[in-house]
Amino acid sequence: MNLWHAAIALLPFDWAHYAFMRNALLAIVIISPVLALLGSMIVNKQMAFFSDAIGHATLAGIAIGTLAGLDNPMAVMIGFSCLLAGVITLMRRFGSASTDTVISVTMSFCAALGIVLLSRNGGFTKYSRYLIGDVLSITNGEIVQALIVSALFMAVWLVFFNTIVLVSINHSLARSRRIPIWLVETLFAVITAVIVTVCIPWVGILVISALIVLPAATARNLARSTRQYLFAAACIGIVSGIAGLIASYYWATATGATMVLIAAGFYAVSLVVKAAALR
Amino acid sequence: MTPSDAGADAMARAACGGCCTRLAGVGVRLGGRSIIHDVNLHIHCGELTVLIGPNGAGKTTLFRAMLGEAPHTGAVQFYKPGISAPVTPVIGYVPQGLEYDSTAPFTVRDLFAAARQKSPIWLGRSRKAQADARAALKLFAAEHLLREKMGALSGGQLQRVLLALALTPVPDILLLDEPVAGIDPSGVGLFYHMISDLRLQYHISIIMVSHDIVEAARFADRMAFLNRTIVCEGAPADVLSHNAVIETFGHLSAPPAERPHGRCAKCAMEGAL
Repeated sequence: MNLWHAAIALLPFDWAHYAFMRNALLAIVIISPVLALLGSMIVNKQMAFFSDAIGHATLAGIAIGTLAGLDNPMAVMIGFSCLLAGVITLMRRFGSASTDTVISVTMSFCAALGIVLLSRNGGFTKYSRYLIGDVLSITNGEIVQALIVSALFMAVWLVFFNTIVLVSINHSLARSRRIPIWLVETLFAVITAVIVTVCIPWVGILVISALIVLPAATARNLARSTRQYLFAAACIGIVSGIAGLIASYYWATATGATMVLIAAGFYAVSLVVKAAALR
Repeated sequence: MTPSDAGADAMARAACGGCCTRLAGVGVRLGGRSIIHDVNLHIHCGELTVLIGPNGAGKTTLFRAMLGEAPHTGAVQFYKPGISAPVTPVIGYVPQGLEYDSTAPFTVRDLFAAARQKSPIWLGRSRKAQADARAALKLFAAEHLLREKMGALSGGQLQRVLLALALTPVPDILLLDEPVAGIDPSGVGLFYHMISDLRLQYHISIIMVSHDIVEAARFADRMAFLNRTIVCEGAPADVLSHNAVIETFGHLSAPPAERPHGRCAKCAMEGAL
């Protein structure tokens, strides 16, 4: 960590003098490729709405953690999101309602519950930082937390990626190859929930889904194989993350939303490149 | 048996003769509703069994039960010759289609690699998985599709790729769920010919769901009419002249068989020994 700060401080930029910027940069370098890699599969499985729902539902987790008297409700938030991911997966498996309906109902309920509990006595404004996120206030402890979660994610991505791919293509086909499909579906939902929840305080509920989906959506327009797709998504994620952080410093804007705007810019460019390649 | 014979035998995965898939009293309920019940069926290896039935008769559900995907009552057991206890079969499955959007950067060789190798495909595709894919695709003259995106394949190409995948590794049972749905009519006969050859080449049990009854009957060793349970089964000509089948599909004349019915050459030979 000290080495990182020393190295970045050598850069001849204004922002590199501030410890909070160097911390934020480190966090973005760790977390943005993870969000992008997760996004590559979220887009394939058409689960963008699910990741968005988990983000919104963290409001309930925040409320429960706060009511329990915790200064940092993160542990409760993660537990709550995992539970929710499990419940939605179970409802997809055994319920007859469409997945969209199931997710919409649970998301609205959890978000409403969170808002009602947090807004008692008119105190919601102090929680609005969760809505737009604040990566500049990230602490050393939170960076370690980001590292642990990223390592966990990469472990899942190394061991289970192929099975996740087969399950995403066709359940029966995956089953014929002895893959426990619902175990894999649950694992994917839970890891998504953990990543989304951990990133909420830094990125914000309103734009988390965009940071997951945009790099992958951009990479799809350029890649010709799964391998290219994942590497392109990770690169686009990290570049728009860093560019967004620096731009937000000079523009004095919210970092999460600035990163999204830059990622959206890349997406627009990829559409042009794709159209040009097709001609 | 000399060692070289044993080697050749292993190569051919000769499960010939007595292997058999037995469905006994198979039933599936979904959301409190009975989808199929009391399904009894014996399927022998080297045979092509065509499963017919009206829409909603439970054909796909029966496959899902055989795959262990749908919880079911009754027993699905696979027996190999010389082993009295049921064994777990290798199953090849060809779905009607795949769930991905056609723009996904997912190639044919990615599909084979995901199914065949342990290391994640984003780290690279193993030589073995690539060689397997090439060999399997070659059987169906589809080698040139290796680098194509799955979404760019035509219906017939997709079915050939999925069939090649289902045969890697060579399964004991091959399940085909309406494999010709996406193929243009001129290719259907050719596709059935390929399936028909497989049964002799690899000596596997093949069960195929088909709506194209008359064409499928030309290649079937046996047919089974499923309408929530097995209503009748037997030789294609007999099944097509069964009252329940006529009620559902009308009078279908049994076409001339495309191959002589009976055991394959290998079985006949082993029977003589």
